[in-house]
Amino acid sequence: MNEVNEQIAIDHGLKKEEFSKICDLLKRTPNLTELGIFSAMWNEHCSYKSSKLHLKKLNTKGKKVIQGPGENAGVIDIEDDDAIVFKIESHNHPSFIEPYQGAATGVGGIMRDVFTMGARPIANLNSIHFGSPQHPKTKNLLRGVVKGIGGYGNCMGIPTVGGQTSFDDSYNGNILVNAMTLGLVNKNKIFYSKAAGVNKPVIYVGSKTGRDGIHGASMASAIFDDKIEEKKPTVQVGDPFTEKLLLEACLELMSGKSIISIQDMGAAGLTSSSIEMASKGNLGIELNLNKVPCREEKMTPYEIMLSESQERMLIVLESGKEDEAKKIFDKWNLDFAVIGKTTSSKKIELFFDDNIVAEIPINILAENAPLYDRKWKKTKLPQKIKFNKDDFKKLKITEVLKKILSLPNISSKEWIWQQYDHTVMGDTIQKPGSDSGVVRVHGTNKAVATSVDSSAVYCYAHPLTGGKQVVCESWRNLISCGSKPIAITNCLNFGNPEKEKNMGEFVECVEGINEASKFLDYPVVSGNVSFYNETKDKGIKPTPAIGGVGLIKDYKKMITMSLKNNENLILVIGKTEGHIDQSVFAINILNEKKGPPPDINLLNEKNNGETILKLIEEGLIKSAHDVSLGGIITAVSKMAIKGKKGFKLNKLKVLINKFDYYFGEDQGRYIIEIEPKNLSKVQKILKDNSVHCDEIGLVTEKDIILDKEPIIHIDDLVKSNTNWLKEYMDK
Amino acid sequence: MKSAVIIFPGSNCDRDMDVALKKFGFKNQMVWHDDQEIPKSDLIVLPGGFSYGDYLRCGSIAGKSKIIKSVIEFANSGGLVLGICNGFQILTETGLLPGVLLQNKYQKFICKNVHVKINNKENKYFKNIKKEVLELHIAHNEGNYFCSKDELKSLINNNQIAVTYCNENGKESDEFNPNGALSNIAGIFNKNKNILGMMPHPERVIDKSLSSDDGNFFFENLIENLK
Repeated sequence: MNEVNEQIAIDHGLKKEEFSKICDLLKRTPNLTELGIFSAMWNEHCSYKSSKLHLKKLNTKGKKVIQGPGENAGVIDIEDDDAIVFKIESHNHPSFIEPYQGAATGVGGIMRDVFTMGARPIANLNSIHFGSPQHPKTKNLLRGVVKGIGGYGNCMGIPTVGGQTSFDDSYNGNILVNAMTLGLVNKNKIFYSKAAGVNKPVIYVGSKTGRDGIHGASMASAIFDDKIEEKKPTVQVGDPFTEKLLLEACLELMSGKSIISIQDMGAAGLTSSSIEMASKGNLGIELNLNKVPCREEKMTPYEIMLSESQERMLIVLESGKEDEAKKIFDKWNLDFAVIGKTTSSKKIELFFDDNIVAEIPINILAENAPLYDRKWKKTKLPQKIKFNKDDFKKLKITEVLKKILSLPNISSKEWIWQQYDHTVMGDTIQKPGSDSGVVRVHGTNKAVATSVDSSAVYCYAHPLTGGKQVVCESWRNLISCGSKPIAITNCLNFGNPEKEKNMGEFVECVEGINEASKFLDYPVVSGNVSFYNETKDKGIKPTPAIGGVGLIKDYKKMITMSLKNNENLILVIGKTEGHIDQSVFAINILNEKKGPPPDINLLNEKNNGETILKLIEEGLIKSAHDVSLGGIITAVSKMAIKGKKGFKLNKLKVLINKFDYYFGEDQGRYIIEIEPKNLSKVQKILKDNSVHCDEIGLVTEKDIILDKEPIIHIDDLVKSNTNWLKEYMDK
Repeated sequence: MKSAVIIFPGSNCDRDMDVALKKFGFKNQMVWHDDQEIPKSDLIVLPGGFSYGDYLRCGSIAGKSKIIKSVIEFANSGGLVLGICNGFQILTETGLLPGVLLQNKYQKFICKNVHVKINNKENKYFKNIKKEVLELHIAHNEGNYFCSKDELKSLINNNQIAVTYCNENGKESDEFNPNGALSNIAGIFNKNKNILGMMPHPERVIDKSLSSDDGNFFFENLIENLK
């Protein structure tokens, strides 16, 4: 066996001090297999060593929370013994190196996290971010990622019901691929990863182990350089067919009572799954690596322990249940092997060819993992920009609107989501391209709404405000379709934590997320951190992605964003001040990238949202949509495009410049459509709840009519909104 | 009326089909691919999905599976066999239906609503159906129907073209052809019209909350015709 020294440890991504800590704790130098295990457990991706101190502060508790962070996924109560298991996870680094497989295995990994807990996946979402459309790599990366997400999710037969796509220079060298899955489980039949009992058989099921993905988690914990293409072998290869079999086999086994604990082999494969199960159960674990089903010949213990081959699970069974379990996996044509047992030694002990090849106390790997309180720098709130309002006079609202609707970040993403099967399982009642994806809880009157959001522009300008904003945006998206928001999962994509600025962005975004999450009683139940999204010293904009889940008790009361009937009134809920800094209008039309993001008033946010839910409950709302990028007029236009309707806007009754009013991105606002006969009822409810409202116009058949501007047809807006991505990708 | 849905490893529309059949009054049973016998049924359905992963040509391994012999026997004795999406692909692989499903013209998976025109009502599937055009849903990567000129001629001469892609008024043209299928073909019969293979999924559009409810016409009519 190779002699291990400091240099080899450094090549494994460990720091000098970390290596000497290992030697101290072990009271000897580790062998190569042991070093591999340490490097897998102590990298940023698995150990959360830079983020843990801050994540601990997050609001993770609530009446509806069954399981918070720390398990394979979070679990929330949706009444009648039903629970939703959900989580979001990043697969950024592999997707940049190999977009198809990187994205596909990201989707596969997150689904395994969910069905490991006993839940059948019912919805997938994704948040994907690419470099500038002009960057030579963007088109191929986008095509590959979309094909990969579709290839995996479609084959599994789980609908992809929502998502988000953005383009920004800061992702030129580091794209982001975050995948989220929701699963449905009976709340009394949830499975956990904590092992219990000594001498229980440890079972390996699923695909065979190959040499793919070795050191995947370490690669995901490093910055990129010119030689990144050489890292291709660290990307795993996905096999959705095997995962579909694994899903059915696991759920079949779970319907019995033979499983003590179960854990999928994700990042750091057999290493982290076995150690986590033992560590949580305060036990030891003994594995005979000759028993591990291998795809390739002569694999070494080092390779077997570090492989990230996909579609594998580790199970601790009740003694004597092996045959019963094996029968199920045989039926589904999957490998099944008893590879070891739980022990009382509190060590991980690995045997190969009758020799002990690794022996490490588990607490050293888990509890003694390094923990850093990294230095960080606060971001000051930028000064407000003094816009020259005379410049606006040259602009025509309809022209600006058409331009905004056709921007890469605003335009329709139909080209993408049409490649995802979003209707399989027969319960999708709101498809991608809406505020939230909505799926019915099979066989009930309930439905679950879900969305994923991020606002890197705001987070970059002022991380604290940005962090709050993303949570609020998620909350609004769920409210807009008539669901009560319950909880969130977060995927925290950031640059290099060893740089004070990047670390500061992380700390303050997390603080913002926490503040909003607490105020809105919208706890964080699961999540993932992805640092080192940096290439050649250039990091990404801070991009925390928030996945939200809400409940609709009677799915027939669900609201959509499409405008419904002529002459119905259009109302803006929430106060408009005309905040232009950091808006799409400022950045893309005025070319002004400085200034503070819009302020978040959590009190109004909560009150406005809850009042909208009251109006929906009373049956007073015909359609609703939150106001986000591009302001009021962009929001109304999207509702019109969806409903194939027009709209007429009244002359403004407020003392705000019309550009500020229509394009400003003040927060906490919604557009609602109501029937004229209900106006006074609606106004009374709004007044009783002290919610501000502007009546701004009405629905027309097809014409877009604005004071003093030439009338345009809704088809013009449809064209502006739908053509960009199709033309960009297919030309 | 009794029906049976065959589950292959990798099938993923089996549950949806089960739900739909039961909703319209069928007594449905699920049959595992490794079984040899199919319980007595008035209708056998091969559901959508990715049978055996579809890593080879779609449907080709399912076309050689253990259960498929019984399906072929049932079909040859005049029994009703319906193949949706992957099920259609499997039927062409077994030779029960002519032609092949190629990759979509634009080489992308497509998931959306489409309209199809019913071309032949002289059969158990569409007899007395109250509509000429149905709004159904497609979700596939290989739905581009192709066959030889002679086969096409024979399909036309024997009235075997069941449904064709069109607009909501029944107009057929390239514009409304989502995948490049020959002559806008979305589904075909065998000569005896007891076997129907089609790419669109009627089972995904069976109530008002979904993207369409035209699947109701299909299933209601089918069970009525079988009574």
